[in-house]
Amino acid sequence: MSTGVLGKTVRGFSEALTQTLVAEDSAHGRGLLQALDPRVKLVGLLALVVAAALSRKLAVMAALFGLGIVLALASRLSLWSLAKRVWVVAFGFTFMIAAPALFLTPGAAVYRLGSLAITAQGLRSALLLITRVETAVTLSSLLVLTTPWMHLLKALRTLLVPVEVIMLLAMTHRYVVLLTETANAMFESRQSRVVGRLNGQQQRRLMVNTGGVLLSKTLEMGNQVFLAMQARGFRGEVRLLNEFRMRARDYVAMSGFAVAAVAAVAAGR
Amino acid sequence: MYAASAPCWWTALRRTRRKLFGRTLPLLSLFAAFSFVTMMFNLPLPGGTTGHAVGVGIAAIVLGPWASLLAISLALAIQALFFGDGGITTLGANCFNMAIAGSFAAWGIYQLVGLGAAADSRRRVVAAALAGYGAINLSALLAAIEFGIQPMLFHDASGAPLYAPYPLHIAIPAMMAGHLTIAGAAEAVMSAGLFSYLRRNEPSLVGCTARLAGAGGYAATAGAPAAGAGRTLWGALAVVLLMTPLGILASGAAWGEWAAKDFSNSATRAQMAAASGRAAPPMAVPSGLARWANLWTAPLPDYAPHFVKSAAFGYLLSAMFGVGLILMVTWLLQRATRGANQHGANQSVEECAELTSRQTILPPLTPGRSVNREADQSATPPASQQSEP
Repeated sequence: MSTGVLGKTVRGFSEALTQTLVAEDSAHGRGLLQALDPRVKLVGLLALVVAAALSRKLAVMAALFGLGIVLALASRLSLWSLAKRVWVVAFGFTFMIAAPALFLTPGAAVYRLGSLAITAQGLRSALLLITRVETAVTLSSLLVLTTPWMHLLKALRTLLVPVEVIMLLAMTHRYVVLLTETANAMFESRQSRVVGRLNGQQQRRLMVNTGGVLLSKTLEMGNQVFLAMQARGFRGEVRLLNEFRMRARDYVAMSGFAVAAVAAVAAGR
Repeated sequence: MYAASAPCWWTALRRTRRKLFGRTLPLLSLFAAFSFVTMMFNLPLPGGTTGHAVGVGIAAIVLGPWASLLAISLALAIQALFFGDGGITTLGANCFNMAIAGSFAAWGIYQLVGLGAAADSRRRVVAAALAGYGAINLSALLAAIEFGIQPMLFHDASGAPLYAPYPLHIAIPAMMAGHLTIAGAAEAVMSAGLFSYLRRNEPSLVGCTARLAGAGGYAATAGAPAAGAGRTLWGALAVVLLMTPLGILASGAAWGEWAAKDFSNSATRAQMAAASGRAAPPMAVPSGLARWANLWTAPLPDYAPHFVKSAAFGYLLSAMFGVGLILMVTWLLQRATRGANQHGANQSVEECAELTSRQTILPPLTPGRSVNREADQSATPPASQQSEP
C-alpha cells in the first residue's frame, strides 16, 4: 500500500512543500536578480516571456533560453536543480505533445522510420513548441525563484491587478501551504496505520472522505481566519506597504530587459 | 484568452465585492487553496489507473458559479505563478476553460439534473457527479478547439505550425479521449463524493446552497446585491442590441449558411466561390440541403419580420425578440429551480454561514463512517493556532 495512491499522494505533497521551501530560500539569496526591484523583474521577465511567445525563429528562442541560463547563473541558482525541477519536467510533457507532430504534420520527408516519415515542417513545429515552452518556463521560474512571494504580489500592482485580487492571492498561497501540510499529515497518519491492501473502492472512499474532512477543516478555518482578521482590526480596507524604491541598477536592468525584449520581437518575426 | 476571461473576472469581483471583505474573503481564498490541494490527490479509478480532479464541480455547487470561477482562477493562478505549472501566457486560457466555462457548466448541469429532486435524494449525487464530469469535459473541448484552430491561424511559409501543431480533427479526439474517461471520471468521483460527504456532515451548507443556488450560490449570494454589476450588464446588453443593425453592412450570406435558392443565383454563386478560395460551388443544390431545407421555417426569416419595412428596425426587433426569449427561459428556469429547492433550508445565507461557523468540524461518528474517523484522527493542531492571516 505504501507504493499505492497514499504513497504517491504523500510524495506529491512533499515535493510541493520542498518546492516552496527551495523557492523561499533562493529568493533570499544574493544574486543579480535578487538584488533588483521586483517590479522591474516582473515586467522585464514577462516581456521576455511574451517575446518568446511571439518569436517564430528557433535561433531567437535559443538566444532567449541562453539569456535565461546566464541570468540564472548570475543569480546563483543551481542549474542542476533548474534542470531537474523545470527543464526535464517541461520537456517530458511537451515532447509527449509534440512527438506525434513530427510524423503527422504534412510536408517534405527528412527521415524515414519504416512506413513513417519525419517531415521538415513537423520537425520545425515540434522544435518550436519545445523550445518555446522551455524558454517560457525558465524565465518564469527565474521570477519565482528570485522574488519572495509577497514582493511578487505587490509588484503585480504595476500590472494594474486589483488590490482585492492581490490579497486573495496572498491568502490563497498562505493557506495552500497550510492545507498541504494538513493533508500531508492526514495521509501520512493514515498510511502508517494501513496494513494489507485496500481495493479500488476502499481507496476511492478513503481519498474522497479525506477530501471531505479537509473541506470541513477548510470551511471551519475560513471562519476562524475571519474572526482573527476582525480581532486584529480588519475593517475591509486593504493597505499594502510599498517599500519598493528604484535605484540606478534597476533602471539599468529595466533598459536591458527592454532592449532584449524588443530585439527578440524584431528578430523573431 | 486573457481578454475573454477579464470581463468574467471583473463581473465576478463586482458581484462578490460588497461582501468580499467580510466572511467571503477568507472563504474564497481557502476554497481556492482547498481546490489546489485536491488537485494533488491521486484518485484511484476503475480500471487500475489514477486521476486528478480540479474540484470545479464541488466549488460551483457550494459557492455558486461566480465565486467558484474566482476560487478556481485563484488556484490556477497560484499554480502558474508560484509553482510554474501551467505557464503564465496560458493562464488566461486555462482560467477561461476550467474556471469560467467549467464553473458555469457545473452549476448549470447540477441545477438541471437536480431540478425538483429532494435534498436527500440520490439524484442530487448523480447531478453532482454529472456536474463535475460535464464541466471538465467542456473545459477539455474548449482547450481542444483552441489548440485545433492554431495551425490554421499561425503557420510559417512552409506550412509548419508555429504553436499547437494539430488541426481540430486530431486535437479534439486526442484531448477528449483522456477527459471522457480518466479526468472526467476523477472529477465525477470527487464531486459526487464530496457532495455526499457535505450532505451527510454539513447538511446546512448543501441545503442552503441548493436552495440559493438559483440566485448564485453560497458565497455569491452572500455578496448578491450587485446592483452596480447588474446595471452595467444591462447597459452593455442595450448597447449591443442597438448595434445589431450593423449586421446589414455585411454583404452576402455567412460562409456555409447558404439556402437552396442561392445555388441557382449567379450573383450568390460568385460570392460563394469567392468566399471558398475560388472553389466553384456544385451546379445542383446538394441533395441533403434540398431534402431538409423546408423542414423548419423560421418565424422571422432573415431577421426581417414581414410587417416591418425598414431593415434596420427589423434587425433591432429580431434582436429584442431573441434576447427576450432567452430572458424568459432563464426566468422560468430560475423560478422552477427556486420552487424545487424549498425543502429543508429556511435560514438566510448569512444565518447559514453563521451556522457553519458554529458547527463542530465533524458530527458524532456512526459505525458507517469509519474512514472519516481514520482521517480525523490525523487532525492537525487547532486551526485557531495556525490561521493568522
